[in-house]
Amino acid sequence: MTSNATRESTRPAERPRSGTLLAVEDLRTVIHTARGDLKAVDGVSFTLDRGETIGIVGESGSGKSVLGRTIMGLHTTGPTTTISGRVMFDGRDVQSLGPKDLRSLWGSQIGMVFQDPMTALNPVKKIGVHLTETLRKHQGLGRTPARERAVELLDLVGIPDPRRRIDQFPHEMSGGMRQRVVIAMALANEPALLIADEPTTALDVTVQRQILDLLGNLQAEMGMAIILISHNLGVVAGRADRVAVMYAGRVAETADAKTLFADPRHPYSEALLRAIPRLHEPPHVRLAAIDGAPPNMVQPPVGCRFAPRCAYAQEDCRTVLPELEPAATGHLFACHHPVNRGEN
Amino acid sequence: MIGSPLDLWKEETLTKVLKRVAELVAVLFIVSLGTFWLVSKMDTDPAVTMLGEGRTEAEYAAVRDDLGLNDPLLVRYWDWLSHAVTGDLGKSVVPPYNGISDRIAGALPVSVELAVLGMGMALLFCIPLAMWSAYRPGGRVDRLVGAGALGVLSIPSFLAGLLIIMVLANGLGWFPRAQWTRLGDGIGQNLYHAFLPALTIALAETAMFTRILRNDLVTTLQDDFIMSAKAKGMGPVHIMVSDALRPSSFSLMTLMGIGLGRLIGSTVIVEYLFALPGMGSLVIGAANTGDFVTVQGAVLVIAVIYVLTNALIDASYGYLDPRIRRAHV
Repeated sequence: MTSNATRESTRPAERPRSGTLLAVEDLRTVIHTARGDLKAVDGVSFTLDRGETIGIVGESGSGKSVLGRTIMGLHTTGPTTTISGRVMFDGRDVQSLGPKDLRSLWGSQIGMVFQDPMTALNPVKKIGVHLTETLRKHQGLGRTPARERAVELLDLVGIPDPRRRIDQFPHEMSGGMRQRVVIAMALANEPALLIADEPTTALDVTVQRQILDLLGNLQAEMGMAIILISHNLGVVAGRADRVAVMYAGRVAETADAKTLFADPRHPYSEALLRAIPRLHEPPHVRLAAIDGAPPNMVQPPVGCRFAPRCAYAQEDCRTVLPELEPAATGHLFACHHPVNRGEN
Repeated sequence: MIGSPLDLWKEETLTKVLKRVAELVAVLFIVSLGTFWLVSKMDTDPAVTMLGEGRTEAEYAAVRDDLGLNDPLLVRYWDWLSHAVTGDLGKSVVPPYNGISDRIAGALPVSVELAVLGMGMALLFCIPLAMWSAYRPGGRVDRLVGAGALGVLSIPSFLAGLLIIMVLANGLGWFPRAQWTRLGDGIGQNLYHAFLPALTIALAETAMFTRILRNDLVTTLQDDFIMSAKAKGMGPVHIMVSDALRPSSFSLMTLMGIGLGRLIGSTVIVEYLFALPGMGSLVIGAANTGDFVTVQGAVLVIAVIYVLTNALIDASYGYLDPRIRRAHV
């Protein structure tokens, strides 16, 4: 496949493989809309080590995609958006970077994989150009070396016959193949962080697994950290070292993956877990759903955001917003009346 | 001989091209028949036009017979068409009775050059203006350019032409007015003289093109692939030129195709203003003097150009979007 010599020579610099890569501190993204200020991300904090994977799970509208884009700096404070809090990436405050510095970060230090591979590639550009333009920009490669590297990348993400595929257009490929191209694009410059925003949602189930396995293999090879955003706990299970469950712009609960799946403390996490269909349960049984809808984020509930839908909600839930509290080392949840109390 | 995919592709392409040509011929046939019929309904009698006042009945009958005016319409049409396909469009019925093909050969290059230059200028102006506007929709530049375009569109072209002459020719004296040098007499002189009329044409087209392209760019810039190009660290200029422009230029191309055909026959006002011997002047002059043969010939030539231009524009969609290259037509 790839000779190690060329791989090493195109790598920006040898990076340390441990230590904190990303620190998100009380991040808030407010989007100004005609109907009022929408608090898409409302005070999120977490850290991510190099080479680590965090799964961010929540239903549609919970703010997880906006969180990913804010971390990357794709959302910046401007006429339509106000951002507060801090994102420290590799020792640099992302929000304080100018457009030029941001562009040198994007695609080279932070890569992004989008939800829908059918629309993430420019329909009028050949596959090769999608890859070579980022290689040429960030690594200063010439036309021919960039093309060679692009072929290697296609090979790396498991696209058969890359020398032929590189001259095809996106519409000549299947969804799964296109998502492989999107991944190759995001990883072309071996970023330290990959943000995968619902990378498998638009794919059918068998392909979903292949893409997730591919991401895992590439992570083992390249050592990048991954933020895996999904609405599906099943996607995150077994792929993430840690999981953060988001609800209405806030982290409801975060723990290492095993703990969260075995011992959820927040009623929302518990409800999400129960909503996953299981093979060993009898057939034709109605799946557990969470009643109600996510709150309007222009005027969120005063107390706990989940209280209106929560089976365990008490009076204090509707008036006092719970903060994240530790249950054990690395296990935090924001709930006045947590579940599974006795099982610890 | 269908074997390899390449052969198959050639086969398909050939079929497509033949189909297309058949369509074009049909369109031209209908257009020319329509024109012929309409012109035959003109209430000027060419025999009267030719003979003038002092004519005898016998002379009149002889001329009518000579011109074939006593034959049925379809016979006359066939007679005209069979000559037309050999390049002979007949002779004028007004003095100096010269060949129509020659007159068109003299006027057409002027009109084509004006139309092409005007369109070229408009394209050159509209792309950066549209990109600049679309970069921040609703921003200061966008509003300024939008208002400017609306202003230019609301000025009739004769007024715009007069203003241009006033400022650039009479006022500043940078360009001559009311002169024409043929392309054969030196390209520098020719462009120098063609500049002002082309600019007059370009103004209104620029305004229209800018608005259309700006709107399409704004829509394209919402697409996911723009976000993914941005996430790769591509700069705004790269994204505009390399990612957004091509998928946004369908309406522009369509408009250009229609515009180019339209301009060749209808730049009369500009031709009058700058005293240019183009197709517009030819047709209007002929219609005013009852020279029906010239009108017929000129309309046929304009129709051919119109149809061919639009066929080219259709072909260019395949370049703009590879997804439709093998899909239809």
